[in-house]
Amino acid sequence: MFENIIRPETLEPVVRSVINIGIILINIAIIVGIALLHVAYATYFERKTIGHMQVRLGPIEVGPHGILQPIADGLKLLFKEDVIPQVADRTVFYIAPVIFFTAAMTSLAVIPFFEKFVIADINIGLLFLFAMSSLGAYGIVISGWASNSKYAFLGGLRSAAQVLSYEIPMGLSLVGVMIMAGSLNLSEIVKAQQGYPLGLYLIPQILGFVVFVIAMFAETGRCPFDLPEAESELVAGYFVEYSGFRFALFFLGEYVGMFIMSSIAVVCFLGGWTVPQFILGIPLIGDILSKVPGIIWFLLKVYFFIFLYYWVRATVPRYRYDQLMAIGWKILIPVALANIVITGLIKLWVKGMI
Amino acid sequence: MEGINRNQPPSDIRIAPELHTREITLNMGPQHPATHGVLRLVLELDGETIVKCTPYVGYLHRGTEKLGENRTYLSALPLTDRLDYVSSMNNNIGYVVAVERLLGIGPPERAKFIRTMVAEMGRISNHLLWLGTHALDVGAITPFLYVFRERERIMDLFEGLCGARLTVSYPRIGGVRNDVSQKFLDDLYAFTEEFPGRVDEYETLLTVNRIWLKRTKGVGVIPAEDAINWGLTGPTLRGSGVRYDIRKFAPYDAYDKVEFEIPIGYNGDVYDRYMVRIIEMRQANRIIRQCIEKLPKGPITIDSPFTFPPKGSLSRKDKERFNKDYYSRHFTLAKGGPKEAPQGEIYVATEVPKGELGFYFISDGTGRPYRMRIRSPSFVHTSALPRLCEGGLVADVIANIGSIDIVLGECDR
Repeated sequence: MFENIIRPETLEPVVRSVINIGIILINIAIIVGIALLHVAYATYFERKTIGHMQVRLGPIEVGPHGILQPIADGLKLLFKEDVIPQVADRTVFYIAPVIFFTAAMTSLAVIPFFEKFVIADINIGLLFLFAMSSLGAYGIVISGWASNSKYAFLGGLRSAAQVLSYEIPMGLSLVGVMIMAGSLNLSEIVKAQQGYPLGLYLIPQILGFVVFVIAMFAETGRCPFDLPEAESELVAGYFVEYSGFRFALFFLGEYVGMFIMSSIAVVCFLGGWTVPQFILGIPLIGDILSKVPGIIWFLLKVYFFIFLYYWVRATVPRYRYDQLMAIGWKILIPVALANIVITGLIKLWVKGMI
Repeated sequence: MEGINRNQPPSDIRIAPELHTREITLNMGPQHPATHGVLRLVLELDGETIVKCTPYVGYLHRGTEKLGENRTYLSALPLTDRLDYVSSMNNNIGYVVAVERLLGIGPPERAKFIRTMVAEMGRISNHLLWLGTHALDVGAITPFLYVFRERERIMDLFEGLCGARLTVSYPRIGGVRNDVSQKFLDDLYAFTEEFPGRVDEYETLLTVNRIWLKRTKGVGVIPAEDAINWGLTGPTLRGSGVRYDIRKFAPYDAYDKVEFEIPIGYNGDVYDRYMVRIIEMRQANRIIRQCIEKLPKGPITIDSPFTFPPKGSLSRKDKERFNKDYYSRHFTLAKGGPKEAPQGEIYVATEVPKGELGFYFISDGTGRPYRMRIRSPSFVHTSALPRLCEGGLVADVIANIGSIDIVLGECDR
């Protein structure tokens, strides 16, 4: 009776899909592993960079030049007591960091790290990223609510307002890219950039780029827009009541968020994994550098933005809440809208010429 | 605050009349990272706006005034180290100057210059710490690390001078504890050569920084008249444009023999108070250089029952007289000093980095004050905090606390 069910022609799609799922799972495992390792060492990179900017050494004790410090930190957080305030709303308190972390990690699925290496090559990649970054705000808001602490509550509210306000200029700043590329698929956007000066959208979309970079700082809650976790005002903001690995999830989520935002910037404005064309033009060096794998270029560009995050953090003070809102609504959104109009007009004009 | 009714929503947003808004009460401190010690503020917030701000002090009360009544004038000196532990040198000098006025004695010329010099070092070290923490509160982390680099050098100089870094107890009634060495002067001179460049470095990060300007300009404004009425002193008062500095108007030590300018602000906001302190650091540096250049030779203590003249500073005739009562004087000093002092009361104020530090003594003729009252600038400035904060945002509270430069050890005494 089984022959009726397990026929070769029915078996084959099942096996194929099982294999496909297996490949996807392996891909996910690789990406999650590598991403978490990057995140761990991003903290090390941050502490070293800012340390040297501030005439000190940064971590130096654990391992040679403190290279094992992130691992020690991770272990410490794992073994710490998980303190939950008595008056906290327990269920929500438990799931808030999971929501935040999951939303951040899920965004990794659509990012093309190099050619043809992307877990889910979906048509609406860019929208998916926005959806996920908005979802992360839920984690922040409900963690602030569930802690039942006024500092956490204020931090959560600030964050909700901030993420909502900056989602808009961020989305609008990328509309220019969408118009030029004619696609929301991130791989398509990278490929579409090849026909433009330097192989980047940076030059035609300079307005969008500037708006995006500013909004990216606000979206990830980093200095100078680190109001939700303003240490000197709200102690630590929304995660003030969290400890142990729940705290670590927020921490990791924030850093994954930084990587995601940097990756979007790289994919949409700096040509993703491709080699910048002005380098290819240089004799000899261009030939050598064009052989460098795409993932290296991608990481180099991403780490440029990560470095920018740290550099800014070591340089500037923090904006005030009302000023943050004023920048978002009064400057960034009009500029982003103007960028859309200009991009649209130029596109029409170019089409008309053709 | 006028126009805020506790039970009614503001009139312009009466969309749903059955909904009532209410301020939340936020307890900030006494273990909050930005309240500079153990200041506790109870804030009533309407959203992010401060409706009411009530400071509570006393978490670091150690009864310094009462302790002073139970000690002789000599042995109460180390108590003043613990008032404003950031600039203990200036507190010591304030105390010593007050006691000297009470006793009717004064230090010799060399000691005056040394005191002025170390007082200005204390001022620089205090303003450096203030700058670092103030900038840190507003969100700039790097100046904090930069200022500690220079502060460390001043601490090292203090250590070389008297063995202590923080609680120095270096000045003495009628002079200073020990003479300065040539190495100390050389190191200090090298520091003064370098220091203006370092101040430029801090200013590069802050003075023209767009975000810093936005956070400090027009925040915590207090006009000159109000500033005087609230009893503000020091840089906090001068930021409002009042030209008042005890060093200039009632000079003590060698302040009448050195040249310096009093920086004043115009708007009385956080930024002006910041600029006043930055320029004060440069002026302090200038005073130190003049003190080194003008440092006269001579004894460092006077010959009085309260002091123990160092060897080599006495003339032959004095030495003979001194040797005669060497042991009795040594005994008296080791037991805390003479048991008699002129009767009367006196209030003497000096300009410490934070403002006007006043010591008020009532002497009943015994070797201990009948009453020792300390007028501490931090206490007075804390009382003006609600005036500065109300109507502002939560972030402004932090900027204001930083800009009035309080230390709770001095506030609670």
